[in-house]
Amino acid sequence: MTRFLRLITLALPLVLTSVFAGPVLAQSNPGPLRIEITEGVIEPLPFALPQFIAGNGANDAASDISRVIAADLIGTGLFREIPRSAHISPVTSFDSPVQYNDWQAINAQALITGSVTMEGGQMVVRFRLFDVFSEEPLGSGLQFVGSPENWRRMAHNVADQVYERITGEGGYFDTRVVFVAEEGPKNARLKRIALMDYDGANVQFLTDSRSIVLAPRFSPSGDRILYTSYETGFPRVYVMDLATVQRRPLDDLDGNMSFAPRFSPDGQSVVYSSEAGGNTDIYLMNLRTGQRTRLTDSPSIETAPSFSPDGTQIVFESDRSGTQQIYIMSVNGGEARRISRNDGRYGTPVWSPRGDLIAFTNQQGGRFHIGVMRTDGSEERLLTSSFLDEGPTWAPNGRVIMFTRETAGADGAPAIYSVDISGRNLQRVSTPGMASDPAWSPLLR
Amino acid sequence: MTLMIKTTALVAMLSLSACGAGGYFGDTRIEPGAGAAAGSAADPNSVAYFTQTVGDRVLFPVDESSLTVQARATLDDQADWLLRNMEYTALIEGHADEQGTREYNLALGARRAAAVQAYLVDRGIAASRLRTVSYGKERPIEICSEEACYSQNRRSVTVVSAGIGS
Repeated sequence: MTRFLRLITLALPLVLTSVFAGPVLAQSNPGPLRIEITEGVIEPLPFALPQFIAGNGANDAASDISRVIAADLIGTGLFREIPRSAHISPVTSFDSPVQYNDWQAINAQALITGSVTMEGGQMVVRFRLFDVFSEEPLGSGLQFVGSPENWRRMAHNVADQVYERITGEGGYFDTRVVFVAEEGPKNARLKRIALMDYDGANVQFLTDSRSIVLAPRFSPSGDRILYTSYETGFPRVYVMDLATVQRRPLDDLDGNMSFAPRFSPDGQSVVYSSEAGGNTDIYLMNLRTGQRTRLTDSPSIETAPSFSPDGTQIVFESDRSGTQQIYIMSVNGGEARRISRNDGRYGTPVWSPRGDLIAFTNQQGGRFHIGVMRTDGSEERLLTSSFLDEGPTWAPNGRVIMFTRETAGADGAPAIYSVDISGRNLQRVSTPGMASDPAWSPLLR
Repeated sequence: MTLMIKTTALVAMLSLSACGAGGYFGDTRIEPGAGAAAGSAADPNSVAYFTQTVGDRVLFPVDESSLTVQARATLDDQADWLLRNMEYTALIEGHADEQGTREYNLALGARRAAAVQAYLVDRGIAASRLRTVSYGKERPIEICSEEACYSQNRRSVTVVSAGIGS
């Protein structure tokens, strides 16, 4: 816990400054070096990343930071690294002129150079990005200053900058994932709420395994989480402050089950499910006033609510038609319109942070799928298929989804996977053991 | 931090008792309220008799909370036992198989537990003696991924305990 506290507080003073005069990211037109994600990239863009130049005492950091930047970019499926053994001209100084011909000769389209130095106890990471075939820098050089234990965040910041300049989309590497870490046999699973960097590094546990815990969710600013715990013997929603690791129940209705919580985009309210007499409906809790508003009033199951990014609508699942389907209603409740139209059962809708798509779990023919559809239900695409896929969560740029995949049988085990919204680049996310119910944080900067 | 440690200790006690009463680690049940004298399955007023002879669980069809003929017969016997043993309260657990999303299964388990509760109340058990909880798909009793196991996991379990008001 102590380690966690330090990480949060020291992470904040991370400073981003331009190495040169002139506005950061001044270049509105990034030039010919560009990946259009929407067009479905088949051939990853080749980049060269000579190990960052190390100042005194920063040799290991320079090597580690270079490795993390490359891993971030390669992990998107949009980039591939040209091995260092193929590099022709060594980069000996951060300020030495770029030998474009040598990089063109090995078909490196992007070149990333940088340095890592220690200055007054702080780590300083500088980098530049070059468009090799246009023979010019792509955006300004930048530097990040932070405490040495934040080296991973600084690496992710560099990778986010490279990704943003080349794709024109927001980055998602300097993010965290809150999830449920699982251990033990299938009929007596022990579950803990855990936190990790998006790439599986820096795992920290936020609860012990005495009680079943489910489905943690980040607040919009990343400072709090919501989750469901059986610590009273009954499932109830809790709010936890990440800086202090203090938690409190969301409401004081001890006799009711509550679950499936999510924050509103302004972080002031929580929408969640509450059960009474066997019937589950959706409620809105104002965190400042404690006022609880009932949004649905139906004998069917209404659950898994998720806000639109503008805070005016809520997407949720209901079996009011006889099977689980996805509906959208106003934040004030009232009439809901069904948007899921195709075969099977639809659940766990989550609104994209960009507002354009809804991710969901679809169940048909004995298999589970993660899919996306537009907010009117059109252009549905199933991205995955397995024995059990469920619970999508969006990267902050709305381009990548993480979800839970569980294998079948007595030894069946859950793991976290990611996939991009074109259905490509399906990958298992590294976790220390079994893991489920991921929720992606906003960008931390 | 001190406050949190205190809270955790208290919670540990609560969840231990809930765990004992919940008995979700299989058929071996440790009932905190049941004394040694009442422990024999031959004693028709024992918890062991309720669990083994009366039958503490009923099974449900796929994605349904309706009570089958067999379920009603079991619940009739449960009601008789509860009417004979007025000092006992019951926690009705609702469960689902793994073929469903987590939130939906929680709600489905709640529906199943409520159906059992409503039936028992209809048979004359005071509602104040009955409490419900749903575990969704979190506590399967059988762990294969086939209908043979799923059918056993789509269940409600009536967990009786003496003395402690619900």
